[in-house]
Amino acid sequence: MCCTSRRGVGFKFDRYAAGDWHSPGDAGLVPAGREAKQHFMDNWGSMQGSNVKKLQLAAIGLSALTAMSMSGCGSTNAGPANTTIKVAYQQFGNYQPLEKLLNTAKSEVEKANPGTTVTLVPIKAAENDYYTKLSLMNKSASTAPDIAYEDTFLIKSDAAAGYLLPLDDYLSKWPEWNQFVTSAQDAGKGDDGKIYGVSMGTDTRALWYNKELFQKAGITVPWQPKTWQDIITAAQTIKDKVPGVMPLNVYSGKAAGEASSMQGFEMLNYGTPTPLFDSASQKWVLGSQGFKDSLAFIHKVYSEGLTPTPQQALDAQINSIVGGQWLPQSKLAIALDGSWLPSNWGPTGATPWPGWEKTMATAAMPTQNGQAPGSVSMSGGWTLSVGAKTKSPDLAVKFLETALNQKNSLSYDIDGAQIAVRKDVMSDPAYKSSSSAFGVLSDVVAVTKFRPANTDYPKVSNNIQVAMEAVMTGQQTVDQAAQAYDQAVSSAVGPAKTTGGK
Amino acid sequence: MGGTGVLPVGTVTSPSAGEPRFPSRKKRPRPARLVPLLPATVLLAVFLLGPVVWSFYGSFTNSALTGAAANHTSFVGLDNYSSLFTSSAFPMSLLLTLIFVFASAVIGQNLIGLALAVLMRKSNKVVRAAVGASVVAAWVLPEIVAAFGAYAFFSNTGTLNVILHAVGLPTINWLYDTPMLAVTLANVWRGTAFSMMVYSAALMNIPPEITEAATVDGAGGWKRMWNITLPMIRRSISTNLMLITLQTLSVFTLIWVMTAGGPGSKSSTLPVLAYQEAFQFSNLGYGTAIATILLVVGAIFSIIYLRVLKPEVD
Repeated sequence: MCCTSRRGVGFKFDRYAAGDWHSPGDAGLVPAGREAKQHFMDNWGSMQGSNVKKLQLAAIGLSALTAMSMSGCGSTNAGPANTTIKVAYQQFGNYQPLEKLLNTAKSEVEKANPGTTVTLVPIKAAENDYYTKLSLMNKSASTAPDIAYEDTFLIKSDAAAGYLLPLDDYLSKWPEWNQFVTSAQDAGKGDDGKIYGVSMGTDTRALWYNKELFQKAGITVPWQPKTWQDIITAAQTIKDKVPGVMPLNVYSGKAAGEASSMQGFEMLNYGTPTPLFDSASQKWVLGSQGFKDSLAFIHKVYSEGLTPTPQQALDAQINSIVGGQWLPQSKLAIALDGSWLPSNWGPTGATPWPGWEKTMATAAMPTQNGQAPGSVSMSGGWTLSVGAKTKSPDLAVKFLETALNQKNSLSYDIDGAQIAVRKDVMSDPAYKSSSSAFGVLSDVVAVTKFRPANTDYPKVSNNIQVAMEAVMTGQQTVDQAAQAYDQAVSSAVGPAKTTGGK
Repeated sequence: MGGTGVLPVGTVTSPSAGEPRFPSRKKRPRPARLVPLLPATVLLAVFLLGPVVWSFYGSFTNSALTGAAANHTSFVGLDNYSSLFTSSAFPMSLLLTLIFVFASAVIGQNLIGLALAVLMRKSNKVVRAAVGASVVAAWVLPEIVAAFGAYAFFSNTGTLNVILHAVGLPTINWLYDTPMLAVTLANVWRGTAFSMMVYSAALMNIPPEITEAATVDGAGGWKRMWNITLPMIRRSISTNLMLITLQTLSVFTLIWVMTAGGPGSKSSTLPVLAYQEAFQFSNLGYGTAIATILLVVGAIFSIIYLRVLKPEVD
């Protein structure tokens, strides 16, 4: 009983926390009103006719509450209908560029369409919680946003869930749509082939390393490892020569969430001959050597002390600790991390770090044994999507097209350290001199891979994190963890969608 | 015999003790008299019974936060339960939950609460006030604050390790190496005040004459405790055990903040597992099935307490 009521309250709480912008008065009053009624009911038994005063008081209280909640409703319904849209986005840490972009688009759209209002609805949450809160909002028509800041990796899931509006009809009439590179257009596709999101920019992943620490360890820079073993050798050298420094960070385990799966595991796995997902047959590959080798790499670096300790790595704040503390403070020599790191270090970033360009350098992540194409990268990125429950799709699309026009995309890609997806942005001189074009970050677009972001991906991704955590903490051997993964994935997606394994 | 409501009106001249005092009340209750009860019944049904029924229903569906199942939720029968009982995570989680309840509530909070209550009766005012205030302080803290406090105390560079280090004892990473011990101790710290207050109130209701009589008869401290005190506060023990068991079964914030169920799944009790399945892995139906099991576990505990301690028998 306790748990169920907790779940109920949780749902409500999330909705209120996310902001019931339709009727803020109601959001506050419903629980209070309910409590008052409960008191009223509690008192009823003891009244027995004599306690009329209490009854009257309770009745007055109730009617006052009703009146208040009714007036609350009335005031928020003011203004013409269908001209307000809500934009839901993630607000976490000090990441400003997104908010800046949305605010610019808001004022431009409101100016161009008099009488309309764009309401920004920040969801203050880390990545996993953001997905959860956004899904909960999407479940009900009264809370669903008109525009959502949507991770490409959830597009197929959320499209299948009926949360997103297909945009094909609108985009075919948008002259700027063909400025988007094909891979970016495809990133917004659902399982049914329709477009559900427009890419805001992408990202790549590579090895970041600290040149000063490398020089202290006597490793020549620029450094470009050719195999996984080269990375381990360099890390071992740093461990021996520069005590007190963590040689290597590879995200791992459930605490880092999707970062573990993508920056960590998949950067390894997609450099082996057997990838996670067989795109020809559209099946998940089980029991592969590449999977075990990737886990074995994780086990090796964590068990040999080349990484942060498992305790440090399982800190829920690990994502911001790496970019915000360890790298700027030169406590970490090599980080397998995303192209967006410099957005933390700019003058407006969370951890301004003037001169980071002189200390940090990038190297492409090599394939396992240096096999062709020699290096590997993973790409993701976010889109703007239109909610399927929107009452003003035209205005929502206008907002989307304004936010992602050339001018706004350019400044967002530069401010947010995004890898550009519009051709007219890529060729812009301002972009070319930005941090997005730093080192190999834009070069690895040539070898980059997108995740198999079909509807089952989130479940598989979670199981990858479970397997990683099991081997990094030594709770399971590589073989045990791989076997547990095979079983879990097989039952999560259904045996028909898997290939290989036992 | 009397008071069953079948006696004809006016046949009884001397009402027996169990019957209402007013003659008019001896009438068969009119249906209209039940009307005032209706709102309460409806509210209870909607807000207390409703979620339980909904939980049972939800656990038989494949309801999800995202993906095709979110769009077309369908009835899947016992699928959630069969995969629960064949998964490796669930039995472990159930065991952890039982250990957590037994160690932190039944043993920890209950016994320490009783001991504190007994000892405080024998102590002077100053000690009583000081102990009472410090124990209750942990209890009045909001759960999230208490959880952060416990996290700061047990974390690797936290207060406990600093103290251990200062007195020359070896330190361990409590949250990582002994997560269950850490969350159990934290829950004992947080919840003992409740048991202490319940037992303090119960002890005050024992007439001193009985204790004195026992002392005159030559009963020692332990004997008085066993033969007088415990039987007389039996009903409070039963109520207290039931309340703290149900409370501890549903502890989520404390564990989530301190260890998030980890490392691995070493402190994933049922509420943590249910949350992870429902809101992190998006399987609402599956998470609801876990919540339903939790409900059943709570019901079993309640029945055991009611049967064993027989609070209603005098």
